[in-house]
Amino acid sequence: MDPQTIIAKRIAQELRNGMLVNLGIGIPTLVANYVPAGITVYFQSENGLIGTGPIPEHGMEHPMLTDAAGKPVTALPGACTFDSATSFGLIRGGHVDMTVLGGLQVDAQGHLANWVIPGKMVPGMGGAMDLATGAKKVVIAMQHTAKGKPKILNKCTLPLTTIKPVDMIVSEMAVIAFPHGRATLEETAPGVSVEEVVAATEAELAMAHDLHEMRL
Amino acid sequence: MKTIEVADAVAKIPDGATLMIGGFMGVGTPERLMDELVRQGKRNLTVIANDTALPGRGIGKLVTAKLVAKTIASHIGLNPETQQQMIAGDMQVDLVPQGTLIERIRAAGCGLGGVLTPTGVGTVVEEGKQKVEVNGKTYLLETPLRADFALVHAFLADYIGNLAYALTARNFNPVIAMAANTVIVTAENIVPTGVIAPDHVVTPGPLVDFLVAHE
Repeated sequence: MDPQTIIAKRIAQELRNGMLVNLGIGIPTLVANYVPAGITVYFQSENGLIGTGPIPEHGMEHPMLTDAAGKPVTALPGACTFDSATSFGLIRGGHVDMTVLGGLQVDAQGHLANWVIPGKMVPGMGGAMDLATGAKKVVIAMQHTAKGKPKILNKCTLPLTTIKPVDMIVSEMAVIAFPHGRATLEETAPGVSVEEVVAATEAELAMAHDLHEMRL
Repeated sequence: MKTIEVADAVAKIPDGATLMIGGFMGVGTPERLMDELVRQGKRNLTVIANDTALPGRGIGKLVTAKLVAKTIASHIGLNPETQQQMIAGDMQVDLVPQGTLIERIRAAGCGLGGVLTPTGVGTVVEEGKQKVEVNGKTYLLETPLRADFALVHAFLADYIGNLAYALTARNFNPVIAMAANTVIVTAENIVPTGVIAPDHVVTPGPLVDFLVAHE
């Protein structure tokens, strides 16, 4: 299984029936492909849509039905649309049950940096700061390392997205959560040892009592 | 509300004006007004919008034509020309979290002195801003944003300027229609008054100053 699939499948296991969920761009988007059978999840697109459906078939696109990247999507039966003030009221007001975001760095206390590399990449924070601050549960979907260097650090060196700690990181190597504000290894990916995760992580990891292998 | 030709509508916008422009990655942006701003070569504009779209689309057309001196937006990552002009020092760019940007516009439109938001506390966004504690929680005071003109794109407009929007093309449009001195609207469809049911009107007609006639 490739790294992105491992991450997306594992995060999909966090979905519960009836949740309102916002997926960021990139790996997070893939989570929608693995919604567990038998549950209904409402996906929000922050440009003003709840009930985001799959990409339309060729020739079926609507120029005014798009995702947060401006790409054509479909709307499922029961979908609703609204303006940006309502959309971010949903996000900031704690009505979004879970968001899945990409990450550049996360530190030992769960602080997230994911919006800027000063001098290199300055795209703007878009909705990331509101999502990371306002969503009830924040899950970070990211590769465990970048060019061999750890992304889970003692302290973030890049500007933070929010001071609210994230709840969980899911990488192709591990699931790390932050109970009591401390990075804790909860799961390892199939074929990955605890030692390998520790070696690829700069932050000190506590070990969960029920540390186990991901069930994918 | 007056109906107006597109050239006459844009002629009302002076060089140096502050424009709020609807749209999200170009979806829901009044393209005819963008094209006419380029044709008339307006200069030194300040643009307040969610993003600067892509080159060749929506606000991206204004960027490519170098009409914009300052942008206040949440995201410019999909328009490399905006980033190039920012790095070259030709355009000032203020990046604002999306939820904060829309609330600052809403605050201006609703006559509020600002909004208190937890977004940005403890990040670079808080620099220079007043922090306010309410019930033990810390917020940033974010000030209202107004504009000289709001350029709005609707799906339906009736003869008195009542507006309804389509799907994700709504985004910033109804909010900016509250926050500018002059509101100029283009619409996919112009329909007789009464066709839009009262419950389906999103922007009340009295907010609209000019409705651009079809070509």
